[in-house]
Amino acid sequence: MTDPDVQQSLQRIRPTLLRFAMLQLRNEAAAEDVVQETLLAALEGKSAFSGRSQFKTWAVSILRNKIVDYLRRTSREGILPLLDEQGDEDFDALFDGSGHWQEVPGDWGDPAVVLEQRGLYDVLELCMKALPENLARVFTMREILGFETDEICKELKMSSSNCWVVLYRARMRLRECLQLRWFDAR
Amino acid sequence: MKSCWEIHRLVSEGQDRKFGFGERLAVRMHLLMCSACRRFERQMKLMRQALRRFPGE
Repeated sequence: MTDPDVQQSLQRIRPTLLRFAMLQLRNEAAAEDVVQETLLAALEGKSAFSGRSQFKTWAVSILRNKIVDYLRRTSREGILPLLDEQGDEDFDALFDGSGHWQEVPGDWGDPAVVLEQRGLYDVLELCMKALPENLARVFTMREILGFETDEICKELKMSSSNCWVVLYRARMRLRECLQLRWFDAR
Repeated sequence: MKSCWEIHRLVSEGQDRKFGFGERLAVRMHLLMCSACRRFERQMKLMRQALRRFPGE
């Protein structure tokens, strides 16, 4: 790609990058910063992009690293809000007294088909935004940025069991939201 | 035998840590026999795959 091509492509995907960063950082200034850093790094490293992968995929992978760096920095500064001690009563209500499902979980269909449906990712974004910040931070580190659980616990100074509980709660909320907004709505 | 409540917690935890032999066996046994928990497990897997692909395309 020539320089103008790269610049144009970057401008085109900038909104996507910004949305991606906002979702995980929930802070507009921070999101702008990491996206800016990503655009610079992409321009500098454009020779590394040989057209093997999609341009957007490549830029998102740079952005991921920038977000990881940012999270490492800020978690050390202890900006993360403490986890609330709110229980799991909401989810326990999904089961009866003997621990059976009150309602059988929905059939979400063939993953190969579902994952190709375009609108899914918009609903996913909406549902991720609806997560409380303390859950979302841990959950996106695990599922979008692909941190190992030990690593998250260490970075955020949480116990392992606390980490698992937070990830569990995030999954249960996301599941509920996807069921309602995507699977029931179709 | 573990209840669906216990199993669904373990299915989530299984995405975050390695099970010991006993736990792995208990979960597999339960899933073999329980279609409701199998659906839950498929939902968890699908969510993980979707998030890995995010932002899509």
